[in-house]
Amino acid sequence: MSHPSTYQPASGIEKWLDTRLPFPRVMHDQFLVFPTPRNLNYWWTFGGILTFMLAVQMATGIVLAMHYVPTPEGAFDSVEKIMRDVNWGWLLRYGHAVGASMFFLAVYIHSFRGLYYGSYKAPREVLWILGVVILLLMIATAFMGYSLVWGQMSFWAVTVITNLFSSLDSLIPGLGTTLVEWIWGGFSVGGPTLNRLYALHYLFPFVIAGVVILHIWALHVPGNNNPTGVDVKTAKDTIPFHPYYTIKDGFALVLFLLLFAVLLFYAPNLLGHADNYIPANPLQTPPHIVPEWYFLPFYAILRAIPNKLFGVIGLLGSIGVLVFIPWLDTSRIRSTSYRPIYKWFFWLFVITCLGLGYLGSQAPEGWYLFFGRLATFYYFAFFLLIMPIVGLIERPKKLPGSITQSVLGSEPPPVSSEPVREGVAPWHAFPVAALLALASVSLLLPAAALAEEAANGHGPVIKAQEWSFAPPFGSFDQAQLQRGYRVYKEICANCHSMRLLSYRNLAEPGGPHFSPKAVETLAAQAQVTDGPDDKGQMFHRPGRASDAFRSPFANDQAARAANSGALPPDLSVIAKARPGGPDFLYALLTGYQQPPAGFDLTQGMHYNAAFPGHQIAMPNPLVDGAVPYTDGTKPTVDNYAKDVTAFLMWSAEPKLEERHKIGARVMIFLLVFAVIMYFAKRAVWARLHRHDHEAHTA
Amino acid sequence: MLWPLLDQMNPDASTLSLASTEVDIAPIEEGQAITVMWRGKPIFIRHRTAKEIEEAKDVKLDKLIDPLARNANLPDDAPATDANRAASEREPWLVMIGICTHLGCIPKGQAVGDYKGEFGGWFCPCHGSQYDTAGRIRIGPAPQNMYIPPYAFSSDTKIKIG
Repeated sequence: MSHPSTYQPASGIEKWLDTRLPFPRVMHDQFLVFPTPRNLNYWWTFGGILTFMLAVQMATGIVLAMHYVPTPEGAFDSVEKIMRDVNWGWLLRYGHAVGASMFFLAVYIHSFRGLYYGSYKAPREVLWILGVVILLLMIATAFMGYSLVWGQMSFWAVTVITNLFSSLDSLIPGLGTTLVEWIWGGFSVGGPTLNRLYALHYLFPFVIAGVVILHIWALHVPGNNNPTGVDVKTAKDTIPFHPYYTIKDGFALVLFLLLFAVLLFYAPNLLGHADNYIPANPLQTPPHIVPEWYFLPFYAILRAIPNKLFGVIGLLGSIGVLVFIPWLDTSRIRSTSYRPIYKWFFWLFVITCLGLGYLGSQAPEGWYLFFGRLATFYYFAFFLLIMPIVGLIERPKKLPGSITQSVLGSEPPPVSSEPVREGVAPWHAFPVAALLALASVSLLLPAAALAEEAANGHGPVIKAQEWSFAPPFGSFDQAQLQRGYRVYKEICANCHSMRLLSYRNLAEPGGPHFSPKAVETLAAQAQVTDGPDDKGQMFHRPGRASDAFRSPFANDQAARAANSGALPPDLSVIAKARPGGPDFLYALLTGYQQPPAGFDLTQGMHYNAAFPGHQIAMPNPLVDGAVPYTDGTKPTVDNYAKDVTAFLMWSAEPKLEERHKIGARVMIFLLVFAVIMYFAKRAVWARLHRHDHEAHTA
Repeated sequence: MLWPLLDQMNPDASTLSLASTEVDIAPIEEGQAITVMWRGKPIFIRHRTAKEIEEAKDVKLDKLIDPLARNANLPDDAPATDANRAASEREPWLVMIGICTHLGCIPKGQAVGDYKGEFGGWFCPCHGSQYDTAGRIRIGPAPQNMYIPPYAFSSDTKIKIG
């Protein structure tokens, strides 16, 4: 909001700078004393939260780029190397991945706030359109970043999304194909594609930062909208941004970080997909391709439309339509709080968006497809029909005379007796409740989905087991990991490699923690092919601590030939690469049975109750007493399965104990900080309330 | 002036040079299929059974979603008859690019235990497109039959693709 500058350069240096580059003046006028409506609720704190999240993503991203390798051969392993070997790598990588989800959570709340309070209406159209541009750039950036992991879901997401452009073939034959091959730099998604996505993923956040600056500039010309939608009329309607909103934004940020920390330290893979821990395979499409949660509504719209080209147009249009809503909305007033009819349509729209998100995660058939189409229709009807029509026919409630009046109610003495405080005060409690609700919903949804799948009889029943490493305080049982290693070595290692694991890892704290001497001995039991020596010959030598757990087969073809055509998967991250994780592995290892009568078992396959489809190439690997235990534990199949599963969980998440421990400290810190911020915020705002009281009684 | 900045993204010289592949089909028995790579794309080679050929031949052309053969070895407007889809003079052999024409996933149906869809050909797990035993789209969002690459039999047991 334009206001006369109150900056007084205090020192000589400041005076000198003020006539050359008045940066301190701009900061003072725009961020310290900037006149801000006095009635902004907690929904207005997400702008600050988003700025913070952009900084988090850029900081973690830049350091991750120092370790990441953008090649099809190196990408997946370099991400795992970051998590295992790079100092604090697990924190940086999980922070970046979970951070993307938190960023989208915040941007969606921020957008719906703008939609509810009419923040797109004149004179804030440019501000709104810049916001839509930022959203589009964020979507592109997140998509490209997700591809860099180069797991199965990454690879097939890139394939499916880039293939959207091939729909242009139905307009001009050949145009789509030419465009797609230009994007790929080849005839399929491959190395050149990955490399360019990496380059652009690094570039886009800086573009976003640039548009954010424009967005803030466009905000500071008309100034903030507010929950009443009534313009600022006198200086009494505003308060300086600092300290009132710096403290309020700060408090909200700490609450937001609490949710961030819960996900980061205790459930970093909750919002991801197990399939993405399987390295990309261009010859095999996963059975269910699902985007990350923040793209699900758009994916549902794509699939709801049966024609390929129109599906793509619908997908792009669902975001493109946002650009036009400043002109589609014909209402004379801004805030939905004062719009008795529109209000219902608005909340139905919110429910529709959440519903589309759910439908996007389900197979597009039967009722899911029907509701997907219904929701897609409402999504567009809301903007194209309801916004223009309701605005014309609706008679809004009486607006408060001014912002001050809406807050203080009695001043100046109201002409009408209508209560005007309504709808403002209760919002204060909302962010906490909303965040907690979202957190619990996001935690419950996958569990509910799994339970549903099992109940439908589609998927096998996987029982949850009690594990010592369960969050939030769990840690590995060292003796169990040592036994698990023996089971792996004696049985699993005959067919399965663990290429991301080295013998040296066995000595690490938070793992089996063998003594360095024991590790030397264990490593020396392996024969490793090395070379060439100075005569150009390969030779065998005993293993060293730095050697990886190699495959017993020379190559994949040899492995397939020895296992009736099936390739034994690498087990390094298997506990993260299967839905159900350790519970699934345990159920699989104990799930061998006689096939039920009438089951058509293919030659050379084995029946397993836990395996999807119940036919598995691996014969039952465990029998009682096959591996001797020296610590008194009973050598039973059940114990073997438990122990080796714990070992595989450790190998998938070697920093799990450290993560839980640091998580506990961070949670305590944030909780204490939140309490301090709460009282600090109250103390600061009490000044304003005291001032109001004095002005009123005087 | 802008062209070099844009054109650099197109497939480079080394990618273009990966033009042809030779495949030995002697070990593929009737009813079996293999997948080989050509230009980074999977090529399905299926040795069809007499029953599968019969099923494909019995389909009337007006029942097809895409009436064109999509065969790089034939003119663009060749109709999608089984003869135009299969290898010329070698009816049991079907050679095609194993990529769903919807959004580029790889259909199931190559391995013995795979679900092959209602028409006994291929089933795409991404969005449910179903192909018949001549690789023609029959149900689902895919707009076209699976493409047939340029190829020729260099001997009775060898195919040169590309």
